[in-house]
Amino acid sequence: MKPAPFSFVAPESLGEVVRTLAEHGDDAQILAGGQSLVPLMNLRLARPEVVVSINRCHELDYIRLADDRLVIGALVRQIDAETSPLVQAECPLLAKALPHVGLPATRNRGTVCGSLAHCDPLAELPAVALALEAEVVLTNVAGERRVPAHDFFVAEMTTCIEPGEVVSAVTFARQDPGERSAVGEVSNGGHVFPVGGVALRWASSDGICTMARIAAFGVGSVAQRLGDAERALVGSDVGPAAIAAAVAAARSEVDPTGDIHADADYRRHLVGVLLERGLLEGSVHD
Amino acid sequence: MTDEVEVTVTVNGRTRQSRVEPRRLLVDYLRHDLGLTGAHIGCEQGVCGACTVLLDGRTARSCLHFAVTVDGSDIRTVEDLADLDELHPIQEMFHQKHALQCGFCTPGFLLTAVELLERTADPDEATIREALMNNVCRCTGYANIVDAVAEAAVELRRGHGA
Repeated sequence: MKPAPFSFVAPESLGEVVRTLAEHGDDAQILAGGQSLVPLMNLRLARPEVVVSINRCHELDYIRLADDRLVIGALVRQIDAETSPLVQAECPLLAKALPHVGLPATRNRGTVCGSLAHCDPLAELPAVALALEAEVVLTNVAGERRVPAHDFFVAEMTTCIEPGEVVSAVTFARQDPGERSAVGEVSNGGHVFPVGGVALRWASSDGICTMARIAAFGVGSVAQRLGDAERALVGSDVGPAAIAAAVAAARSEVDPTGDIHADADYRRHLVGVLLERGLLEGSVHD
Repeated sequence: MTDEVEVTVTVNGRTRQSRVEPRRLLVDYLRHDLGLTGAHIGCEQGVCGACTVLLDGRTARSCLHFAVTVDGSDIRTVEDLADLDELHPIQEMFHQKHALQCGFCTPGFLLTAVELLERTADPDEATIREALMNNVCRCTGYANIVDAVAEAAVELRRGHGA
């Protein structure tokens, strides 16, 4: 099918973008890479009146360190984040997750911020955002607010973005050099979307785990931080008993649903398998 | 509100200027407005890769872009590969290795292979298969496509064509 008619605006600055959004309110839809939005428009599941492209806002195409956080602007393509030495050095978990996102051709255009705003329950990046304690920067004509990832993701395809707001950037916690991290997922026969996965990072001092951040995707309506599993690890030696406790905790704190790709029990089991594998194989750098 | 918008793009080295409806997909713009029918329309939702083109040197689904959003870009389609009656080395290897049957997906595979071999002169099989995840083929079972890309890499390293 073809998209329903819409009017098109391509502002050249963030200021112009938010003024356009203020003018059109709920009728406006931001278009960045379009790799999730355009399929929905082609299927007429999305029928925005006004499409506001940010592809000319070159001021939003940046990756930098600020206030001890890694900041990625709204126009940064996934492929550019994936290959960025800064991302690889400061947030190896994000660098490890990006090759799992979509396909090479969609990563060439899709943006990091766009994937977060889309909030697909099967997407990797919302889980990575939870594990890296991301803050999403939402801008409107009045200014900006910074929303922690755990408040930003509300439900399937639903975030806390208000009409008139645009995701202008996302910031991630920098990982300490000694931290280990891993991303694991399972998909059916190389299908674009996984049936489930985990993103995790943890740190140890003198053999004792001092910090753990674990998030899962594909096992609920929205990416989920696994706090019980984290608590099972912190203070432990991340040995077999601690890993078994974390796996059991993870399985009991997710509430997956079944579909044609995998049933609920499989997904619950999978979270534990991928967590165990991540803890055994997680590396400082990949 | 849905008035036509002016778009200027470079397609296969030639500057093209048109007025298009904002909802005009890049693949329809190429096929219907420019008459370049090499990019095929398969799934129209980004899954199959039959509509793959090179957008500023990178593979892109032309069904997942509006022509208006690629204003100012450089686009290469499969029509740009062969030089009059001489096939591009990748096309030649697809021919020799029987890397197609019905051919519907082939333009997309060729451009994915172009992107890969322009970046990686000597890819191993895993790298080739990773790149080819971009595209779906329902005829060949992929083995011959992988062979063709591997052989094309050898040819290109020898300096034949391209």
